[in-house]
Amino acid sequence: MSEAKLWEFQGGIHPPERKELSNRTPIQRVPLPARLILPLGQHIGTPAEPIVTVGERVLKGQPIATASGRVSAPLHAPTSGTVSFIGMQPYPHVSGLLAPAIVIDSDGLDEWTALEPCADHRSLEPAILLERIRQAGISGLGGAGFPTAVKLTARPQRKIHTLIVNGAECEPYITADDRLMRERAAELIIGIDILVQLIEPEQVLIGIEDNKPEAVAAVRAALGERSFGLRVLPTKYPSGGERQLIEILTGRQVPSGGLPADIGMLCQNVGTCVAIHDTVLLGRPLISRIVTLTGEALARPMNVEALLGTPVGELLAFAGLDEARMDRLIMGGPMMGFTLSSLDVPLIKTANCLLAPTRSELPPPPPALPCIRCGACADVCPASLLPQQLHFFALGREHEQLRAYNLFDCIECGACAYVCPSSLPLVQYYRVAKAEIRELEQKRHKAGHSRLRFELRQERLRKSEEQKEAERRARVEKAARARAVQAESSSVPHQETSLASRPTGLSEHQKKLKIEASMTQVALKKAEKQLAVHPTAELEAQVAELRAAAEAARKALEATTPAAPSAGNDTALKKAKIELAMRRTELKKAEKASVDDSELAHLREALADAKRALHAAEEASDRPAPQLVRIDKRPVDEKLRALKTELAFARADLRKLERDETIDPPVLESARTRLAEAERRLAGYQSE
Amino acid sequence: MALPRITSPHATGSNRTRRIMQQVLVATLPGLLTLTWLYGFAPLINLLLASATALGLEAAVLHLRQRPVGFFLNDCSALVTAMLLALALPPQSPWWLTLTACGFAILFGKHVYGGLGQNPFNPAMVGYVVALVSFPVEMTAWPVPHVVGLTEGIQHIFGIASLPDGWSQATALDALKTNRSLTMDELRVQNPAFGHLGSRGAEWVNLAFLAGGLFMLRRRLFGWHAPAGMLGALFVMSLLFWNGSDSDSNGSPLFHLLSGATMLGAFFIVTDPVSGATSNQGRLIFGIGVGILVYVIRTWGGYPDGVAFAVLLMNLAAPTIDYFSRPRTYGHRKAERSFKVGG
Repeated sequence: MSEAKLWEFQGGIHPPERKELSNRTPIQRVPLPARLILPLGQHIGTPAEPIVTVGERVLKGQPIATASGRVSAPLHAPTSGTVSFIGMQPYPHVSGLLAPAIVIDSDGLDEWTALEPCADHRSLEPAILLERIRQAGISGLGGAGFPTAVKLTARPQRKIHTLIVNGAECEPYITADDRLMRERAAELIIGIDILVQLIEPEQVLIGIEDNKPEAVAAVRAALGERSFGLRVLPTKYPSGGERQLIEILTGRQVPSGGLPADIGMLCQNVGTCVAIHDTVLLGRPLISRIVTLTGEALARPMNVEALLGTPVGELLAFAGLDEARMDRLIMGGPMMGFTLSSLDVPLIKTANCLLAPTRSELPPPPPALPCIRCGACADVCPASLLPQQLHFFALGREHEQLRAYNLFDCIECGACAYVCPSSLPLVQYYRVAKAEIRELEQKRHKAGHSRLRFELRQERLRKSEEQKEAERRARVEKAARARAVQAESSSVPHQETSLASRPTGLSEHQKKLKIEASMTQVALKKAEKQLAVHPTAELEAQVAELRAAAEAARKALEATTPAAPSAGNDTALKKAKIELAMRRTELKKAEKASVDDSELAHLREALADAKRALHAAEEASDRPAPQLVRIDKRPVDEKLRALKTELAFARADLRKLERDETIDPPVLESARTRLAEAERRLAGYQSE
Repeated sequence: MALPRITSPHATGSNRTRRIMQQVLVATLPGLLTLTWLYGFAPLINLLLASATALGLEAAVLHLRQRPVGFFLNDCSALVTAMLLALALPPQSPWWLTLTACGFAILFGKHVYGGLGQNPFNPAMVGYVVALVSFPVEMTAWPVPHVVGLTEGIQHIFGIASLPDGWSQATALDALKTNRSLTMDELRVQNPAFGHLGSRGAEWVNLAFLAGGLFMLRRRLFGWHAPAGMLGALFVMSLLFWNGSDSDSNGSPLFHLLSGATMLGAFFIVTDPVSGATSNQGRLIFGIGVGILVYVIRTWGGYPDGVAFAVLLMNLAAPTIDYFSRPRTYGHRKAERSFKVGG
């Protein structure tokens, strides 16, 4: 089968493979570590959310963190023990920064939780298989770490016609997949069977580089009667890159910015397939992986099956690390791996190799010379880019040009830098340029958002201004109309215009009385105010006099009112209410102004009078008596309140995140979805 | 413990600028030896003069530009420029001609633009053209093959004593250009500048450069695109416009391929990565352009040979070629054929 047609991808290099260092011994088990550090973000996507608390005892295989969001994966306890810490811990990243993690102190018992093995995967529904894979926390073990269940359903509308199993392992030094294929070929094939059951592809292609004849033989033997295509590829870096492998095996290219699923293909690493087997048939979640320990600073380079969370220092010590000889520590291979700044970082799902080279083994490149545009980089670029042009544009920060020259199609394989005669750190230039462009884009997006918000605000302000203006104009018009009415009945004083214009049905006499009453009332108020400021005897006398006058006027008016039934009971009721309110205000004012007691008593009496009058009016009217219990405008609704609180929290959260420039987009996005969700739910509830 | 943070890739190949330059120098040896076999010590003295000038000036300019002198001298690029000039200049050139050409090459061909990797024109060709337009008599006369001894050569080059008359004469390309009366066969018999295939002497030198060029191709110092483009275009042009061997003959394809600086240009000048096009397709176009221009200048232009002018003209066109000859990136349906103006 290996003589089937293969295509060649453009470019590529042949660095020294150095695989013989570590591929000679079988995969070994590492002693149980005393302490395991499990970072919550071991995959691409949103970090998992812890579901255990500090002090809790966990069993091996028990879920300790759950997937949060669509692109995420849960996490399981790799051994039994106690959760001793949840918080920031060393994390294998080039930055050397800490990351949130769950720390488990092993109890040494390695006690399994109850597992759900399954003798025959064919009896399971695809949906159940997928859910098992999802719940097992499997993410791509080849290095990228994309959650497998998500990858399997990335393009639900596209039919996957070709399943590609990646056993190329093109990066020098790494032999984890090589040993895995040699020792677990049967499990690998069953893992592929499960994938076939899930996605029902028309063909399955297994790609293995020709520098692994033992692995090829083992897989071929395990294939049995199956019609999977086993393809042996000529060794060339980076043939194991997903896009390159697809081209080698099928001659087709994944569209730029797209996924293999866009051309009906799906690529899975051999390690992932074995993990799928373990999950579906044995019920085991992903809690360990095979990792290559290699480099000349190790006395015994080898492959080990290690629990996730094991500090890399312990693994290297197991392989006989000579720290004095180690020049640097690399997670991954010599082409695409990144340096670790400490031995305390844990092993995570994506770590396929720990490389501890000596200085002479991987010497630092000589000082860089100017580019002579020799084009060696372009010859080896597997993405057919023009690396030296990109380098010049990156130096000049010409972002438009970088985009035009497809910088974002660079897979950072490092082939260009490997062959560069001027020893230019090309990949570094591209990484920095990519980061710069992404950052600028984010800023631009944010600025656009702010501008939109500003414009909307301006629009709102303008509208409210217009409305105010319209209201003002309406008032002016109204006043003008009123003045015109006043001019018609010239004797009516100004304060009475509104009353006069209203069809109250009052007689002339009543009007006069009313005017009189209100005028005395005004005079009384004025006098009271003065009294409050300058409490003199003279003023006091004046106030008393005015009060008497006002009372008289009021009484006179009242005397006429019942005689005017046209005003109706309601009017009387209203008036009584107003009266009461006025009395109450007077009293309060007086209390505030600390008027002497006799005065207050007088006012209280007036208030009581008013109350009585109101009651009388109420009785006279047909309206029911007002309820005297004070109630809320609307009954309190617990659900509504909860929804509103959630909405407010979501909004506040989002604001906080938006202010933070360093936040990454997925987090922001999830905050937005939360807000949108809260709004939707509130709206839904209110419309019920 | 604090471990160093270094970005990938951690493995580096053994390809080095210095190594490339050294291999170019090695590849010139067949040509240099052939010249020495034909003309004695004169070419070697020229080479020494050119190298001393180039290295001295390079060091001086690096010092002025406050660059690490030793670090940059070590890349051997100045030596390559000197070597190419020494091979291109006529063997009997007086010392000041070599000095002028070399000085221009290093100062105005290379360092005014910022040194290694920054020059838009091939420095050796800049030096050569300056000498050609300034001193046409000295530059267009090549000696008939005549082995010159060491003292004789030194005396001639430094103007102490001149070589016998008739030692130097117009080249075959020049003779062909000015010839109005003789057929090719008659020329070949009567004019000592003509050899069996091309110019006498130069045909062997060209074959030697071809050998050096094939060596470099084998060592993958460059792709086949630019040399094949140039030689192919020159061949096609001379075939298209070959009007027989009459007195108004333009010369046969083989004559053009093995005369003048054809092979030196095809393998040592057109392949200069710095001043050429970037992509393989671009290099092919670049080479074809040079080939066509060489023929046009030789046949209808004012100079008997046109490699230097053709290369400089195409150097001017290289950035434009680059813009329009970008390869199709993986996963893109077609190559970008235009460039976007930087915002």
